[in-house]
Amino acid sequence: MSLHTTHVDWFGLGTIFVLIGASFLALLCAVLVPRAMRRVASASISTTGFAAGIVLSVWLYVESADGHTIVSGAFYRDRWTALGQVILCGVGLATTLVGMEHVPGWGRGADQSRRDDHIAEFYALLLASAAGMTFFVGAGNLMTLFLSLEWFSIALYIMCAIDYDLEGSLEAGLKYLIVGSFGAAALLFGSALVYGATGTISFHGIATAVGTKGLTGDTFLVVGIALIVAGLAFKMSAAPFHMWTPDVYEGAPTTVTAWMSSATKVAALLLAFRLMTTAFPHEGRLWGWAFAVVATASLAIGNFAALVQRNVKRILAYSSISHAGFMLIAVSAGSALGGRALMYYLVPYSAMAFGSFAIVAARERELGVPVTLDNLAGFGWERPFLGVAMWFFMFGFAGLPLGGGFVGKFYVLAAAYRHGWVWLVIVGVLATLVSLYYYLGIVRAMYMRPSEELQVQPGGSVAVSGGAPAAERLLHVAVGAALAVSVGSLFAVQPLIDLARHAAKALPI
Amino acid sequence: MNASSLTSILIWLPVAGAILIWLLPLSRYATGALAMLFSLAEVGFWIEQAARFNFSQSGLQMEQRARWFGDLGVSYHVGVYGFSVWLVGLTVVAMAACTGYGFWVGRDRSRGYFGLMLLLTGATVGVFQAQDLLLFYAFFEAMLIPLYVLIGVWGGARRMEATIKFVIYTMAGSLLMLAAIIVYGLKSGTFDLVDGPTSASRWLFLGFMVAFVIKAPLFPFHGWLPDAYREAPPEVSAVLSGVIAKAGLYGMLRIAIAKFPEPTSFYRTAVLALAAMALVYGSLLAFRSTDFRGVVAYSSLAQSGLIALGLFAGKDLGFDGAVLQMVAHGLISASLFLIAGAVERRTTTGEFRLLGGMARGRPALATLLMTVGIISLAVPGSASFAGEFLILAGVFQRAWWWSAIGAGAIVLAAMYMLRLISAVLHEARGSTVADEALDLRPGELALVVPLVGVLLALSAWPAGISHHSFFGPSPAATVKGQFK
Repeated sequence: MSLHTTHVDWFGLGTIFVLIGASFLALLCAVLVPRAMRRVASASISTTGFAAGIVLSVWLYVESADGHTIVSGAFYRDRWTALGQVILCGVGLATTLVGMEHVPGWGRGADQSRRDDHIAEFYALLLASAAGMTFFVGAGNLMTLFLSLEWFSIALYIMCAIDYDLEGSLEAGLKYLIVGSFGAAALLFGSALVYGATGTISFHGIATAVGTKGLTGDTFLVVGIALIVAGLAFKMSAAPFHMWTPDVYEGAPTTVTAWMSSATKVAALLLAFRLMTTAFPHEGRLWGWAFAVVATASLAIGNFAALVQRNVKRILAYSSISHAGFMLIAVSAGSALGGRALMYYLVPYSAMAFGSFAIVAARERELGVPVTLDNLAGFGWERPFLGVAMWFFMFGFAGLPLGGGFVGKFYVLAAAYRHGWVWLVIVGVLATLVSLYYYLGIVRAMYMRPSEELQVQPGGSVAVSGGAPAAERLLHVAVGAALAVSVGSLFAVQPLIDLARHAAKALPI
Repeated sequence: MNASSLTSILIWLPVAGAILIWLLPLSRYATGALAMLFSLAEVGFWIEQAARFNFSQSGLQMEQRARWFGDLGVSYHVGVYGFSVWLVGLTVVAMAACTGYGFWVGRDRSRGYFGLMLLLTGATVGVFQAQDLLLFYAFFEAMLIPLYVLIGVWGGARRMEATIKFVIYTMAGSLLMLAAIIVYGLKSGTFDLVDGPTSASRWLFLGFMVAFVIKAPLFPFHGWLPDAYREAPPEVSAVLSGVIAKAGLYGMLRIAIAKFPEPTSFYRTAVLALAAMALVYGSLLAFRSTDFRGVVAYSSLAQSGLIALGLFAGKDLGFDGAVLQMVAHGLISASLFLIAGAVERRTTTGEFRLLGGMARGRPALATLLMTVGIISLAVPGSASFAGEFLILAGVFQRAWWWSAIGAGAIVLAAMYMLRLISAVLHEARGSTVADEALDLRPGELALVVPLVGVLLALSAWPAGISHHSFFGPSPAATVKGQFK
């Protein structure tokens, strides 16, 4: 008797295996490499891993013009996956650079002598979570979807709590674990119901089954979709499933927050768009409305709650909720234009989200206390490059034409209009107006208030020699790259849109 | 050099200058000098543009087009019409004078300051040259970013309230315009202003108009104006009222009136009424103002009303007069704000009750303020007399009482302007006016005198603008025919 084995397209899974391999190597570093070298060694492994990941996913993008599933329909090898993997690996590379100087969470009582203790584990987890996400964006059935979701989530839970001698970090990890498990449970339950209704777990199979068996409007299916939507909304931190976001983003080490706020959203939104358009095309009206409502709620809650915050990480957390709302407008449109809009939006968004948190990390290290609007005073003049970058990110978030955020918003709203939803255009426009207040508030805090107003003197607990800010060259490189991507995407719209169009062609829309 | 590249050069040269200034670690003096160099080069390129522009040729000239994102029909499309040439000229000349003022007073944090001034120049020129709706919107918004920081960092004591009010007001308007742009562009399949069709949608018209009436501003959308004009540094106030406000009026002409003929005539009476109210109410407030900048600020509101009156009259003379008046008032209010800045630097205040008697021993200040003041109150023979006369004649053809209201407001203009002049220059010497307070220095004269010189030249030959703004014998027909 011969065992029947499926053909495995190893190249199609290349990015994921490279990242897993790098993760194992980084973990070995934690054991085998002496402490003095550990930081450099594991960071180099991580850099190499992500760089190789970028190369492989670009290669995959080029080689996967005809999208198809591999490994018995468990995984999509197509351009949608590949482009998502490029973005994820890019963010991962930037996180590696910032982590080199900023993990563990600087300036909040972290013990100098033990600062290299867990750096290799950090990189191992970063690579593992990135591997999970790159698998997640290409998931082809409900089983791989759930497995990869848990895979990267568990890595993220630990990363949130990696500063385990800090209460905030532990709290963030625990909170994320509990709420995240709840979301995962909803997703799993929803998947079970969908499987029960259709008898299959593959995305394509579900659509076919619904079509042939005439299941449209079936109770199990509808409840299943609703639970899946809720589970994914937890991951993308869309209201009303956002409660964990501000606390976790605030408590987690800022480097981890930067990684989560950009990469998790990329993965969850890209998968949501693929899942909905591939598996549930017949229920388009249902999930279209569901996501439109979730988008509206996210825009309202994210923007209004951000108005009253003083802590900059919390402001940015609420801002990320509101941007999830914007991107969900594109998902809810469910059209080819929506797909392009989503893919495009994610590029400047992930750059701006990552860059702004990285800048907060720099200020945090300088002051030794959580960054608030008050102790940002004078930052723009003291650190000109970081200040200008933050200026660009804030105006870009607000949708002013200083970066791709402007075009992204325009595309998303255009998709909503094409879908016939003028009301959603109006909602988006009003939300942008509200958001201006707090984005400009950050600019105001940085530039328009003298640093004499500062209560805490710069160079707090972990001041590096004489209170002068540390050089942080790698952080500057990462922020510079984010700035280049966010501004460059304003000018290079057509090339990016062409990439996104080819990617969206892989989806049945 | 290819003539059509002048449009792009005028937009991107100052932007390149801004980036250069931000990157080079130069001293304050060198930074200011470099910024002046770029501003003057900008004026030079504009002269080249005006010289090469063929006023006897119809349609868009010096056109440049490149794909920006094709799937929605958005392109980088720039070019100029006759009236755009004059507004670009106003921008570069006024911005050069205002940048020079910043250099003269030695603004601190000079790299930030001069970079932003140059960025503002580029964005404003972009507004007047953009021929694609989304590009227009991008430049329209881009003006806001440097203005926000310029007021917020270098402004007066109450700058925070002023900036927030300014930004929220103008963004509320322009975001509604964004919604209107999306709907218009997707409906017609192109965002191009030249190729795009006209629309009969009243909602879209209103979406655009809200943005423009806030920027101009017209009554009752002027809530941001007094604070912003008082708290901004004087040269930024000069830019705001002299140039930025004109972007709103330009938008009315280029987009609202040209692209929405049916809604324009439907809402004509309403807009004319708002314009007339802005004119009368602004003049009254200017008369009641107790400080130098207050008078100029509210007179700008009045002048915006007057220009809108000319535009929405929809008659040949009204269009000609409106363009002439945009340029004339831009130069007048820029000069007045710069003079106000000079007075404030000498006395630390603009309050009339603390000023007075500055004419004695300060002949240059007195002469310049008198000259600008007299031109601004539309004395016959001045550029603004020509502009206002044309506007009133245009709106007279609509209905006689519109021009009766306008003529009444011009009397008010004489009252507030003469009050301003006498309160600053004459009457008893104010408590803050020290004998040692100097007359205008050569540096200041070098900035204001050219502006006044241009005004005098325009007074001598107003037809230079009013006959060279629209192609063909009938501006109204040209506007109706989409400037073709």
